[in-house]
Formats: sequence, C-alpha cells, structure tokens
Amino acid sequence: MENKIIKTDKKVERRSFLKKIAILALAPIAFGFLGASDKLKTVKKWMLENGYIPSNHKWGMGIDISKCIGCGRCAVACKNENNVPKEPFFFRTWVERYRIYEDGDIQVDSPNGSIDGFENTRTTNKKMLRSFFVPKICNHCDNPPCVQVCPVGATFKGEDGVVLVDSDYCVGCRYCIQACPYGARFLHPETHTAEKCTFCYHRIVQDKLPACVEVCPTQARVFGELNKKSSPLVRFLRMNKIGILKPSLNTEPKVYYANLDMEVK
Amino acid sequence: MKNFLQKIPEQVKRLSVLLLVVVIVFIVATSLLTPKDFGLVGHYRAGAIQNNADKKMQYAGQEVCADCHDDIWKIKNSGYHKNLSCEVCHGPSLNHVNEPDQFKPEKPRDRIFCPVCHEFNPSRPTGFPQILSASHNPRRICVTCHNPHNPTPPQTPKECSACHAEISSAKSVSSHMDIPCTKCHEASEKHKLRPREFLPTKPANREFCGQCHSKDAKGDEFIPRINMTTHEPRYVCWQCHYPHLPEAL
Repeated sequence: MENKIIKTDKKVERRSFLKKIAILALAPIAFGFLGASDKLKTVKKWMLENGYIPSNHKWGMGIDISKCIGCGRCAVACKNENNVPKEPFFFRTWVERYRIYEDGDIQVDSPNGSIDGFENTRTTNKKMLRSFFVPKICNHCDNPPCVQVCPVGATFKGEDGVVLVDSDYCVGCRYCIQACPYGARFLHPETHTAEKCTFCYHRIVQDKLPACVEVCPTQARVFGELNKKSSPLVRFLRMNKIGILKPSLNTEPKVYYANLDMEVK
Repeated sequence: MKNFLQKIPEQVKRLSVLLLVVVIVFIVATSLLTPKDFGLVGHYRAGAIQNNADKKMQYAGQEVCADCHDDIWKIKNSGYHKNLSCEVCHGPSLNHVNEPDQFKPEKPRDRIFCPVCHEFNPSRPTGFPQILSASHNPRRICVTCHNPHNPTPPQTPKECSACHAEISSAKSVSSHMDIPCTKCHEASEKHKLRPREFLPTKPANREFCGQCHSKDAKGDEFIPRINMTTHEPRYVCWQCHYPHLPEAL
C-alpha cells in the first residue's frame, strides 16, 4: 500500500514535469507556425515589380545541332547583353566544334568561344568521319549540383526553373564552379563572384527572348515554356528526337538537344 | 525542486549557462545577419530575383525595328534572310530605339563579316550556302553584288558548288571529277531558287552505275568494271562506294 502511494506521487510529479516540458516545447513551434502562415500569404502574392510571377512559368531551351552553323553570333550577343568580360575564357554561352575521325579520334575545340569563327585548317591527315557544331550553355538543371554545394545560398533555382546567382550574397568560394559538370560557370574577374547564364532573366521577365535566341540566324536555338502546349519549345520537343547532356548524372537539364551525337559530352 | 537543482553538479550548471548564452548569441546573430527576404520563397534571397531582372537590356528584339523600318522589314521578310533578326548584323540596338538620332546601329560592310556565316567549313550543315572567299570574287565587298536584306545572288548560281561546297570539293579530287553533277542528278531551275521545295533527283538502282561500270558497258578501258550479277547483288552501289569520292574505302 505504502509503495503504491509513493508510486502515485511520483506519477503526478512526472505528469506536471512533462506538461511543463510540452508547453515550453510547443510555444516556439506555435509562434513559428503563426509566422509561417504569415509567410505563406506573402509567397502567394510574391512577384517581381513588373508583375511577373515566377511560379507561373517554367523555362527551357531547345538546341538543334543540325542547324548550327558555328557563326558564334550567340556568344557575341551574350557578351554584349550581359556585360560578360571580353577576354576569352569568360563565356555564358559558347559553341564547340566536334570533329570525329575515322579511327575514332575526337577533336573538340572552341577558339575564343567561337566568337572569331572556326579556322578551316587541317591539323591531321586523318579522314574526317563527321563534324558538327554544338552550342553550349548553362543547362538550368532541375536538380542543380551548383545549388547543392553553395554554402551561403547565393545560387538557387527559382520557381520558374531558372538557376540564378545572387551576386550580392556570393562569397566567391568557387564551389559551384567546381560542381558544375557542364563547365557553365566562371568567376567574374572584377566582382569576384560566380557568373553564369541566366536565360537573360532581365529579358524573359519582359516577354523578350534571350539574346542568343534572338540573334541565332538559323533558328538553331528555341526558347519557351515547358508547361504550355502552345510554346515553341514544346513543339520542338514534339517534332525532334531529343537528347540531354550527361544524363547519367541525374541533373535533369532543361536545355534539350535535337540530333545530339553520342560523342558530345 | 530545490533538491533537484542542488543535485545537479556544479560543472553541468555552468556549462548549460554557457550553452544557453551560445544559443542566444547564435539566434540573435542569425536574425540580425540574415536578410529579411531570405527564405521567403526558398533557400535564397527573394530580392536576388529582382536584382537579376533589373539588369539593362541591350538587344531590342526584331519586332521593334518594323515600327519604323517597315520598308526594309518587308524586303527582308520575303527573302532568304527572313528568319534573321536585324540585330544579328546591326548589333545591339536598344539605345537606337530609345534615341534614334544619337545612337546609330552598326553597318558591317567589310568582306570579313558575311563569311562569318558563309565561309565554307566542312563542319557546317550541308545545303547551307557557303563560299570560298579566297576564290569568290576576291577583294570585292559582298554588298556590291548581294543586297544583305534580300541576298538572292545577282545571277542564279550556275555551279552546284555554290551551295554544295563539301561535295564538290570531294568530287574535285576523285576520279569522278570530270562527270558533271547533272549526269546523275536532274535538278530543275526551281531548285536554285527554292532549294528545299524542289529537290534534285538521285539515281535509284544498280543499273544506273552499271551504265559505266558493268562488264559490257561502253566507254574508256580504264573505268573499273564489275560483273553486275555476282558483285554484291543484294546492295545498291552507294551503300559501299561514296559516289562523290569512289576511291575512298
């Protein structure tokens, strides 16, 4: 009997103790929940100053390799539009020339990112099997490795699928440049922050095409929405056999290539 | 309760006070240092999207050009360059749209500019009009003969090599060099004006090549001859031999 009383006493003490713990633990969660619901309201309304709502869009690009003539106008336009440093090695987009020889040898070059054109000089006596140009650009991965590695949250995938860099927040640690499997990033020599293709974000929020798409003389590049049936990109995906770069990495690129050769890496 | 507090060892009390201070400092520091819009729509600063959208445009887009230059626009849209944006050649021109008198777009007139697209390069897709600028009217400026807004050549090209440079360069070093293209391909005059609508013909069967290469064919002795009935009868000739360079193995 005595034992029992002692036990009940202990029980009461534990219950009140648990209650206090529960109140202490729940208070901040409740506050946090109130705060979060407040945030949700702002998210629904959240848009850019010109009324562009990112969550209404999903952007992508199509590139038809069989149409590219390697003139490099896209790389020039990109540098003009985005103030990319004019020196070689700083490119948001560039064009590579692939030359595949009969013995299986592959030559890939991109002198000055294709801006000065491609010299038509033979470097070997080997016979060429096939050759073509491949425009390269940030793939705006749906599962971007650069965003995963950024230690400060300065690079991110927006709700419209475009991978952007917050240059005010970037600390210039170069992690993202290392992580990008497509070599699409570089460190700006003056600001010392990471830079990359933004699909000309300042243009697409105003219903304009990215500069490279605007100037491509053979319509090798197609830009549009991925989730709207009327978009030229969806038509491009419907009419062509499509490949993506490095599918084994599961980065899920949103730049789609038509007539992609297996040697393109 | 007092007993309970007294039972806690002194070092645990001090350490927990220290831990509390550290946690408070961390919370205060993060709330002060994290921008207000961080985490609003994701693990990033929402304002960064506005920053990216605020950059200045340079290219106006070709629709704007038509507002003033509708005469040139009409000419361009009926010719081969109909799909070209004006700013491909004239450069970024948004400044010109805003202040037409102050900023004039580029007008590339030198002989270096057009070959950026039209110089022969074997990596370019076949059928794209290409020239060898070393032999194509040397030192004359392109625009003296071609109107860049409607670049139809002054004369329709007589030579097939004007567009099919790669094929003709292969053929020119082969034993087929003296055979004119028209021997095997019938191309109507319309093919020169609207190449993709009116395609030239191609040989259809083994007997076509057999006209020269079969055992009993007439012609020069040096032409290699084969027995049409025994020589790989299941294939057409061009599955193994490239007709424009038949020596190639």
